[in-house]
This record gives sequence, structure tokens and C-alpha cells, in this order.
Amino acid sequence: MAERILTDEMIAEINEFVSRYPSKQAATVPALHIVNEKLRCVPRQAVVEIAQILELHPSQVQDTLTFYGYFKQDKPGGNCRVWVCRSIACALRGADELLEHMEHKLHVKAGETTADGRISLEYAECLGACEHAPCILAGDDLHKSVSQEQADKLMAGIK
Amino acid sequence: MAEFEPVLLANVGKDESWTRRVYEETGGYQAVRKVLGKIAPKDVAETVKASGLRGRGGAGFPTGLKWTFLPQNHPGPIYFCLNADESEPGTFNNRVLMEDDPHQVLEGMMISCYATNCKTAYYFMRCEYPLAYKRTLNAIKECYAAGYLGKNIFGSDYSLDIFLHRGAGAYICGEETGLIESLEGKRAWPRIKPPFPAVEGAFRKPTVVNNVETAACVKHIFDRGVDWFKSIGVPPDPNNPRDAGSYGPKLYCLSGHINKPGCYEAPLGITVTDLIEKYGGGIWKGRKAKACIPGGISMGILKADEFHCPLDFNGPGKFGCLGLGTAAVVVMDETVQMVDYLMNSARFFSHESCGQCTPCREGTSWATKLLTRIKAGKGRLKDLDLLAEIGDTIGIMPGTTICGLADGAAWPLKNTLKKYRGELEEYIKRTNPDGWANTEPVRALQLLSIH
Ligand SMILES: Cc1cc2nc3c(=O)[nH]c(=O)nc-3n(C[C@H](O)[C@H](O)[C@H](O)COP(=O)(O)O)c2cc1C
Ligand code: SF4
Ligand code: FES
Repeated sequence: MAERILTDEMIAEINEFVSRYPSKQAATVPALHIVNEKLRCVPRQAVVEIAQILELHPSQVQDTLTFYGYFKQDKPGGNCRVWVCRSIACALRGADELLEHMEHKLHVKAGETTADGRISLEYAECLGACEHAPCILAGDDLHKSVSQEQADKLMAGIK
Repeated sequence: MAEFEPVLLANVGKDESWTRRVYEETGGYQAVRKVLGKIAPKDVAETVKASGLRGRGGAGFPTGLKWTFLPQNHPGPIYFCLNADESEPGTFNNRVLMEDDPHQVLEGMMISCYATNCKTAYYFMRCEYPLAYKRTLNAIKECYAAGYLGKNIFGSDYSLDIFLHRGAGAYICGEETGLIESLEGKRAWPRIKPPFPAVEGAFRKPTVVNNVETAACVKHIFDRGVDWFKSIGVPPDPNNPRDAGSYGPKLYCLSGHINKPGCYEAPLGITVTDLIEKYGGGIWKGRKAKACIPGGISMGILKADEFHCPLDFNGPGKFGCLGLGTAAVVVMDETVQMVDYLMNSARFFSHESCGQCTPCREGTSWATKLLTRIKAGKGRLKDLDLLAEIGDTIGIMPGTTICGLADGAAWPLKNTLKKYRGELEEYIKRTNPDGWANTEPVRALQLLSIH
């Protein structure tokens, strides 16, 4: 048997969500968030265990997981996910050039993680902060009207 | 005209505006006290109906009317979902409300839930809003601690639970039935309607889905009255029997090539020109405007000589756009090439299509491929006809697709090809003078069409 991935704390947290909804399945996305936050991905074994808690078939959890690009499965993302918005308001203020600059500096393409595991660089569709275009969401921090120089500082500051 | 006084944004910018203390010091939670247990839920809904409030989430459906579609005397449960998914490019008014005045949204939600006899509500927020999430979660905790949520709220015999639910990044979660499917733990595949959510929604029970700004408006209707609400905005167009009027204050999101981008509150019916000049500080770098998106990327495009367009629910439609949408105005200056704007919007929709309907899934990705090739200097003039055909065939609502995303994808195409065809032709001729050289085959596809 594969080794158990979900800790007792994770299970308790998931069960807290279960009580909020009339169906156990509704706790799927919260459960994926809980695991993803701790492990920076949701391995297959975790999918099986979530399915057990929620009384679902693993394929139901897997189906939901794969629909949302937010969740990774096969290997953990970097310490920090850096989302660069590429939608229209940001594009009008240089988002494409900004993303290209960052790809160049980090030696990765959007969607990849740096070799040292520090940063996962991703593009985002509208981050809902268009008044601060071009903007970047790094972890929980929104960076506003980001120039290429500011992006350099931001990338260097991530541990 | 008297100076317009903002209400939705009245607290924004104040120190700690997101706390219950500041909210109550500025008159917060008075409206809900006037309503709960004192006015019958049915009459609360009637008041909202009388105010003429229309949903601020994009479709502009009359809010009170939507509530009356719930089955009468239903044994329950009835669910209320607050749509805080907000992913339409250009749109950020919900974020501003949730970050800077989360209690205002909660108060509106409480009144809306009471009016619809809902005792369990889900607050569905996109996961890209960490600050809004933190402040809303805190505001909900403050409410529970004060007895404003839970059992017998505000000392009435009405009980209400609000649960904050985080999405996982997908535009389609904003579509109301996609939101419901996602809430239920599944992929956010929109449902075929009918049944409408009011009859069979979340967990197969009657459900109301409303936008964050809509809920905020509900609060103010009970603070200030129906007459106040109706005194703002524009009455129905007598020549258009389908126009229900556009009443109340509205949040406009200004972004793009503008000096002062931001979220501004103005009466419905303000023109694009006034919005840009009075609030946005004009076009940046002293340049001239070329075009703008009047209400989020799905709505199509206005040319600079159409900026006298009034931004009410009926306005942009008169200028060949789909509608007011989310009232998010994205301004483009004279340096913008339309092929870039088209490419950006097509790429967005093909990325966000949920993939259930063939015309939407294939049409959006086909348009993206064509535009990528045109942009790369390998376009042919007849590609523009192909694009026009895609625009005409993917977006026929209702009929060939389950939800409105396909329609939203079609409008930028249709509008730009009509309003800027000359410029696109010129781009192709300039970047690919040989016309036929170097073209990779484009996948042909017979799209469904009903004529
Ligand atoms: C593709 C698509 C995306 C949508 N996204 C949102 C959204 O992010 N937020 C929102 O409130 N409504 C969105 N809507 C509209 C909702 O389906 C629904 O009409 C709205 O939430 C109802 O609330 P209202 O009546 O208060 O406007 C979207 C619709 C479609 C077709
Ligand atoms: S129209 Fe597009 S987004 Fe909507 S249900 Fe069909 S495929 Fe999905
Ligand atoms: S377009 Fe970038 S945040 Fe909206």
C-alpha cells in the first residue's frame, strides 16, 4: 500500500468543510486547496485519500482537479507562484514584454519552475487589478504597475 | 446638474474601512435592522422590484423579478450564491468593494437572503483575490461574534449562515450554472437551461445567484429608499419596449491608456467621454483615443467617434455592441493595432472555453490560430472572411451553445471586422505582400449555424 499522504490536521480541516455543504462532494475544491497549500501539488495518492473521505470515486476528484489549471499533480511547484497577467488591460501597458523579460531572466517558460525551485512562473488571465496594469500576483502579494526593473527586484527577493 | 454623491464607494479610502467598527460608525447595518423581522420577505423583494435594480454582473436582469421566480411556499432549503468570481478582463469593481468595504457586501447579502427565504448562503470568490478573501473572512467572523450571523440574527427570528468558498481559477465559474457546478465540487461546466437555478440550482434546490455589486445596491435601497434609487440613472427608452430602464449608481472600471485608471462611481447613463475626462484624467501621454471596450472584453468595441455612447444597459447596444456588461471601460490609444487587441481577446476566450460545446471550443481556438498567423505576417485577405464567419456562427444565443461565453467571444470579432476591416486588410497586405506565400494550412471546420 502506498504511504498515507494526508496528515491528521489536513483530514480534520477537510472534515470541517464537509459540514458546510449538503453534499460531501462539495468539499472537493476546498480539500484540493488544503493539500495544495501544504504540498504545492496534489499527488495521485492524495486524490485517492480525498476521495475516501468524501465517499467519491477517485476519478471524480481527479476530474475536478484537472479542470482547474490551478492545481498541479506530478511534481510540486516552486516556493512561490508568480502570476503575470496577460489580459487586455495589462497587455496595453506592456504585460507581454514583461512576461518575456521574466522568462528570459529566469530561464524558464511560463508554466515552468526555476531549476533552483524558487519560482514557478505562470501567466494569468485578468487578475482583476486592471487599474494597476501591468500587475503580478506573487504568492499572496499583488504587485502594481510593475516595470521590468521592479520585476527584477521582485524575482531576486523571492527565497 | 448637482454634484453626484458616491454611496457604494463612500467608505473606500477611509482608515480601516474594512472593519465592522468603521462600517457601523458610518451608518452600517442600519438597513438590515430596519428589514429583518419588521418587513415581510415578500415585501422586501417587492421593494427591490420597484426600485428597478438590474443585476450588475453582466446580463442586467431585474433583480427583484429574478427573486420572484423562486417557487412559492417551497419547504426549502433555498440557496443564495454570491457571485464573486469576477474574471471578465477589465473588471475589478467587486474586488474594490470586497477589499475596502466587505461589510457593505455582507449587509446587502443578508437582506437579499432574507428576501428570498434563504438560510444558507455561499460566497463564491475567485482564488486570485487573497486580500479580499482575508478581509471578507474576517468580516464574516466579526459578524458571527456580534450575532449578525448564525441563529436569530439582529435579535430577529431569522437565522442565516454565510460560507466563504474559494474558486480555483477559471473564468467560466462566473457563469451562474458553472459556478453552481464548481461549488458542488465538479468541473465548472455550465448547465443547459431550463431548469433555471431559481427552480433547480445548487444541490438541485432553488437558488439565487447575484453579483457582489448587486448585493451592495440592495443595502442602499433600504437605507435611502426606492425614490432615491430611481432618481439616479435613465428611465426606459419609450421607443424600446424591451428596455426596463437603468436606475441607480454604478461602478465603472477604467483601465488601459488612461491617465488615472481606477474604479469610479457614477450614475448609469454617463457617457464614455465624460467618464474619461471627468474621472480618468484623459488619455495618457497626451495621445488621442482610438477605441474602447465599453463593458468588459465580451461586449465588443466602440470607436473614438462613438464615445458619446451612454453607459446604461441600453446604450452600447445602440452602437453595435453586445451591451453594458460589467461597465469596465478599457481605453486604447492611437498606437494600438487592432490585430493585437483581437489576438488578445481570442486567446483569452479559447483559453477559458470550458469545452463542452463544439462551436465554442473549436471556434475560439480556430480564431486564435488564424489571428496568430495573421499577426506573424502570414495572413491572407480571405482569413478575414473566415474570422467573420466564425464570429457569426459561434455566438448565436440561445441555440447552439450552452452558455454566453461563445457569444462574448464573437462580439470582439464581429465588431472589429465591421469597424476596422480596412486597417486589418492593410496589415495583412503590408506584412504579407505576396499574399499566398508561406501559409500553413488552416484547419477547416463546418460550424453549426441556424439561419
Ligand atoms: C461566461 C460568463 C462569465 C460570467 N462571469 C461573471 C462574473 O464573473 N461575475 C458575475 O457576477 N457574473 C458573471 N456572469 C453572469 C452570471 O451568469 C449571472 O448572470 C450573474 O452573476 C447574476 O447576478 P446579477 O443578476 O446580480 O447580475 C457571467 C456570465 C457568463 C456567460
Ligand atoms: S459556450 Fe463555451 S464556455 Fe459555455 S458551455 Fe459551451 S463550451 Fe462551455
Ligand atoms: S487585465 Fe490584467 S488585471 Fe485585468
